Amino acid sequence: MQRKAIFNNKLLPYLLLAPQLAITFVFFFWPAGEAVWYSFIRQDAFGISKQFVGFENFTDLFADPLYHQVIINTLIFSLAVTVLAMGLALGLAVLADRHIRGKDGYRTLLIWPYAVAPAIAAILYIFLFHPDIGLIGRALKAAGVDWNYTLNGNQAMLVVVLAAAWKQVSYNFLFFLAGLQSIPRSVLEAAAIDGASATYRFRTVIFPLLSPTTFFLLVINITYAFFDTFGIIDALTKGGPGNATQTLIYRAYIDGRVNLDLGSSSAQSVVLMIAVMALTFVQFRFIERKVHY
Amino acid sequence: MAEARNSIAAPVGMAGSNPRADMLTHVVLVLGVLLFALPIWIVLMGSTHDAGTIGRGDVPLLPGAEAAANYSAVWNQGNKQRAGVPVSTMMFNSAIMALLITFGKIAISIISAYAVAFFSFPGRMLFFWAIFITLMLPVEVRIFPTFQVVSDLGLVNTYAGLIVPLIASATATLLFRQFFLTIPDELVEAAKMDGAGPIRFFKDVVLPLSATNIAALFVILFVYGWNQYLWPLLVTTSTDVETIMIGIVKMLGSQGDTEWHLVMATTVLALLPPVAIVILMQRWFVKGLVETEK
Repeated sequence: MQRKAIFNNKLLPYLLLAPQLAITFVFFFWPAGEAVWYSFIRQDAFGISKQFVGFENFTDLFADPLYHQVIINTLIFSLAVTVLAMGLALGLAVLADRHIRGKDGYRTLLIWPYAVAPAIAAILYIFLFHPDIGLIGRALKAAGVDWNYTLNGNQAMLVVVLAAAWKQVSYNFLFFLAGLQSIPRSVLEAAAIDGASATYRFRTVIFPLLSPTTFFLLVINITYAFFDTFGIIDALTKGGPGNATQTLIYRAYIDGRVNLDLGSSSAQSVVLMIAVMALTFVQFRFIERKVHY
Repeated sequence: MAEARNSIAAPVGMAGSNPRADMLTHVVLVLGVLLFALPIWIVLMGSTHDAGTIGRGDVPLLPGAEAAANYSAVWNQGNKQRAGVPVSTMMFNSAIMALLITFGKIAISIISAYAVAFFSFPGRMLFFWAIFITLMLPVEVRIFPTFQVVSDLGLVNTYAGLIVPLIASATATLLFRQFFLTIPDELVEAAKMDGAGPIRFFKDVVLPLSATNIAALFVILFVYGWNQYLWPLLVTTSTDVETIMIGIVKMLGSQGDTEWHLVMATTVLALLPPVAIVILMQRWFVKGLVETEK
């Protein structure tokens, strides 16, 4: 889309674009290109010789049982975070959209977790679930549960899921609330006058009209669970115990920064880039359609 | 009671018409609010107790007497795991990082969006797409090579290394461009007629009109900058440029001998700035967030 009334300077637009483009090329395209290039290279342990190995880094990666586990971890984690964060947010938004007193107050009290950093969310959850000092952790132990997320992989996964979902609810809540508020009152009133019950109205009128928001949030939440939860995992479990809470991002970090395995880390970066591209594609395909909705 | 009487007139089953349903709504919403506030309450209370109380595992739910001692200890000295790295230094580094990222992103995005929206020049769409595509390349997917580039440029352990690579912003550029397309052509024509050039028009018309968008982006980007974790973890090893997010996770240590009361005080300090900004600037933030992302 281009507007009609425009300025005619020749040089100025390039100057205005220069800083953004310079950063984009140096810190985005160049490293992304390098990631692709290095994903086809194998380097010896001392970084002296490099050898082109084709798709070997990828075949090795996908033959590695650890990477299979990491993929499964990521899928379980993302699915659980998305369902929990979206379900809770939708419920709260539907309630906060009712004509009740103190609506705005509830909104204020529900949106602030948006501002809490993933790493801080993790620390807050340590104080809830730590077996020795956590409020809930100690209660579970007192109730006879063998609770220690630092030793039990399933428990560790549960805690990182809860922390990640807790942080994301407020974001989803804001979007669901905005979506609900954009549904015309007249539609709801018509349904009510026709005698449709509240649950029936929700299922047949509200939820379908909310589907663009739901779909948008689905993509956003999966992206969040994939990429923005690194801090939560690093602060809470460091991917452990064992490798129980290692996700794709965490594995790429370990192989790249800790194990200094250039080839494998680059191959993992390429896998992740493809994942982001797919998610972005889905998101924008959907936005195109939503305009006509 | 007034509500109950009103409900007779309202259509049966409509929201707000049923006092019992309203009560239930309040109960569930209050439970929701408490669910979110509980962890904050725990750290807030815990940060006012001494090491022994928390170390024993008595999770205090009421304030203690050690608030001043704990907060001044972390602010001035840090803790045992991080001797000599006061939280004030980390907070300062985080503030520098968050503010420069925020203003940097807004500045370079608004001018590049201005170029794309108000000028016609060869390569316009190509450049626009180049910026757009960065949406698909978050730092998380190019961890190692980006670190390599920053290291080749000698920017490891510098503010520049911490900040500059995060300043490009497709989201902000898209938002500004979208907004600029709604500025009426008549306004541009009128300005041209009055002899105003593009720079004058930007300063006198576009910038003031963008105030609300800038305020909204300020909140979103400040939170983004303050909460960065992976990037500072990659490019800083020196405590001089360590941000609060990196520092606080290091303060946990191996969790065997963690000084929990001090970690709690630091947690409160670390989440205060972004939470305060979101709550104080709520109006712009909510509007901006819903519009930016759509």
